[in-house]
Amino acid sequence: MSATDNGTGNGATALLEMRGVNTHYGAVHILKDVEFSIYPGELVCLLGGNASGKSTTLKALLGMVTPTTGDVLLNGETVTDKPISYRVERGVTMVPENRRLFKRLSVKDNLELGAFLRSDRSAIDADLERIFAMFPRVKERLNQKAGTLSGGEQQMVAIGRALMSDPKVLLMDEPSMGLAPALVQTNFELIKQIHSQGVAIFVVEQNANMALSIADRGWVLQTGRVVLDDTAEALLANPDLRASYLGET
Amino acid sequence: MSAVFVEPHTPENLPARRLLDQDWRRLLNYGVLLALVLVFVALTNMPVKLDRRMLIEPIFSMGYLSVFWLPAVFGLLVCREPVLAGMPSYAKGRREVLAGAMVGLIGGAGLSVLTVLLDNFDLRDPLVNWSPQLLDLLSFGRGSTFGFAIWLPIGLALGTLGGLTHVLSTTARRVLGWAFVTVVAFAVFETVIIDLSEGFASLGAERVVDEIYFIRGGLTMHGAAILAVCGGLFAAFGRDQAQRAKAQFQALEGTSRTRANAMGLLACGVALVVLPLFLGGITNELLANVGLFVLLALGLNIVVGLAGILDLGYVAFFAIGGYTAGILTTTNRGESWPDWMPDFYWGTALIFVVILAALAGLFIGAPVIRMRGDYLAIVTLGFGEIIRLLFLSDWLGGYTGAAQGVTNIPGVQVFGLATVKGTDPRAVFYLVLFFCAIAIYVSWRLERSRLGRAWMAIREDESVAEAMGINTVNAKLMAFVVGAVLASFSGAILAAKVGSVFPNSFIILVSIVILVVVIVGGMGNIVGVIVGSVVLIGILGGPRQPGLLQEFSEYKLLIYGVLLVWMMLKRPEGLVPNVRRTRELHQEEYLQDAWLRGEIDTDADSHADGGTDAEPGVLPT
Repeated sequence: MSATDNGTGNGATALLEMRGVNTHYGAVHILKDVEFSIYPGELVCLLGGNASGKSTTLKALLGMVTPTTGDVLLNGETVTDKPISYRVERGVTMVPENRRLFKRLSVKDNLELGAFLRSDRSAIDADLERIFAMFPRVKERLNQKAGTLSGGEQQMVAIGRALMSDPKVLLMDEPSMGLAPALVQTNFELIKQIHSQGVAIFVVEQNANMALSIADRGWVLQTGRVVLDDTAEALLANPDLRASYLGET
Repeated sequence: MSAVFVEPHTPENLPARRLLDQDWRRLLNYGVLLALVLVFVALTNMPVKLDRRMLIEPIFSMGYLSVFWLPAVFGLLVCREPVLAGMPSYAKGRREVLAGAMVGLIGGAGLSVLTVLLDNFDLRDPLVNWSPQLLDLLSFGRGSTFGFAIWLPIGLALGTLGGLTHVLSTTARRVLGWAFVTVVAFAVFETVIIDLSEGFASLGAERVVDEIYFIRGGLTMHGAAILAVCGGLFAAFGRDQAQRAKAQFQALEGTSRTRANAMGLLACGVALVVLPLFLGGITNELLANVGLFVLLALGLNIVVGLAGILDLGYVAFFAIGGYTAGILTTTNRGESWPDWMPDFYWGTALIFVVILAALAGLFIGAPVIRMRGDYLAIVTLGFGEIIRLLFLSDWLGGYTGAAQGVTNIPGVQVFGLATVKGTDPRAVFYLVLFFCAIAIYVSWRLERSRLGRAWMAIREDESVAEAMGINTVNAKLMAFVVGAVLASFSGAILAAKVGSVFPNSFIILVSIVILVVVIVGGMGNIVGVIVGSVVLIGILGGPRQPGLLQEFSEYKLLIYGVLLVWMMLKRPEGLVPNVRRTRELHQEEYLQDAWLRGEIDTDADSHADGGTDAEPGVLPT
């Protein structure tokens, strides 16, 4: 599958786009002229080693980090200087690394906080029901503290919380980090399931093999620069990538 | 994994353990700890200071109580060994009584040694309370040899008493406990009860009180006996009914529960409005002080309990409220103010108080909320002092009166009908009550609002809250502003009540005391905050306000400290626990208990993730 196969190719407006983005933490140059686009309904993965700028890319897309130069575009509109809430309202949502639930609040409160910026009560309730249908376990645990859930359940709540904002694109930061091997597979199934509902997904992963096996396209970041940009199949076949990320020689 | 505490099973035919089958190390630990605590209490001079306050005339003073309760409690505690589920359990018997007795004996030996040391050495230099009066008290005025000899049997007897209490059946223990508590409570709350009886004089209450209390203070012998019987009878018969009513209430659901709650609230409200009419000055004064701290604590509860911002300089807003109201209403203003400035009514001044407090909340909050955790606490601590020092400084002295403060504050004019000020504590109490009602309502609404939810999210995880689209800067500033306004109300009332404000009224200790009230009562819990204020401010007293136990005023901070440490260790959820918070704080124990009972949900993924706090599984729902 490629971007054009989805019918979201060159002609359509990118859902999210980075144009020549540079970011700095203090004087340290993190992202260097990063440039890419995500189209509606795509599943894209971002690969890269430690300190390659993966998380910073996500933060810049959401607005937690402001680029020093360059622009972030949402539906063709420049949102570089817009606050996080502006982007969340227009369909960008992050699933943070390690799930990061509000551990001492109930599962229900967690889900409601996902819909913090929405006021359409009936639509929110409909989305709640949708999430319960997807994760019956979450409904059983509704009044329990989120911190008391098991790892798998927490992952469900984290994804449910993100879906409560009615997103057009989910930014997922290392969704399989800290999960047991048996759960990683389930987790990717889950991502595929959400993707099949028409939500674009931008996933940052260390587990390159697994991520590429479900993705349409992928990029590889190296010390803040995009060094590879191709379809998932091509990346999986790429000998350089196999050598550096998939642990093969 | 720590031990699991479950109520011991009590089938009839459990074997008793042999008399000398003791956990000797545990006995020794408890005994030595008791001895150290007893010596410490003696050296704080508490027994001597409290000896003048008679509980039961003429035999028992509060001084002796301050020492005597310890061996009994330690004797009881040493018997309460944790019962490990799955391990054999035993019947309670002579072995436990012996354990209590041994602990009491070791503890008593501590005081024996102290008595002899007091007589033979002079350590007055480092230990200021090393005095002949203490020796006199400890030896019952009969010399150190007698003192040495007498504390061993006293300790033994009290420890045995503690052990016996453990062995007694639950009902018997309850009856004795209530009898004891009733006597002590009536003795301790003598002032209020006499004050109250004057209000109900028409019902003959005074005659009853004259019967119970001795003229110069303390219960009479027969009064104490009557009270003990009443307390015991209540425990034996009334308590079951009270519990049944409580269970009935808790079983209510939906609208009937809401209605019952509303009725309860209404009853409390009516009682608070009507009762002060029957109370004398002393009690109303106490209630007014409690109310001032309820206001402060409710405000801090929003900042610390809901938004999770540890503000140690909260007194700043109290001070700003007090000074603003004081300066605007006084007839004796600092010389730097222009002559044309009118003397405001308190009500008009209150508008400025609110505006200034909100602005101060913004100004202090803005730089502070960028920090997190420890840094924030330290910086707020600094701001609290800065405000006080500014009021004290020469720079603002022309406006604030520097060390002389602001005086001649006239009080509150109510529609030109009456003036509320400190000389009429009942009116002050009503004024405080009015503002408390507002504060309670505001807190209650905020907790359930969108803003309240944002605060809780920020308390839990600030960056994720931000990622959810919550404007964390605004939300935290709002917490500061709401907290500041509530504190400023309290300050404004204080100014009108006392008639003067000084920099010294707003020392850092006030911040600490408010925080302790919030923690002891139960963080994030409105009822808890109120109970915390009543217990700490009403009974022990505030930083400058005397409480019911005026004799304890010197030991107020000591007791605060002990209470705080004990609460943090044993009951971190506060006196009035928030059901949700209790669960989260004791999660581990619940889980282990459930696991032992085989109720735990052990599906594949509950062990899969090493990162959850809640291993080894989840609570059964």
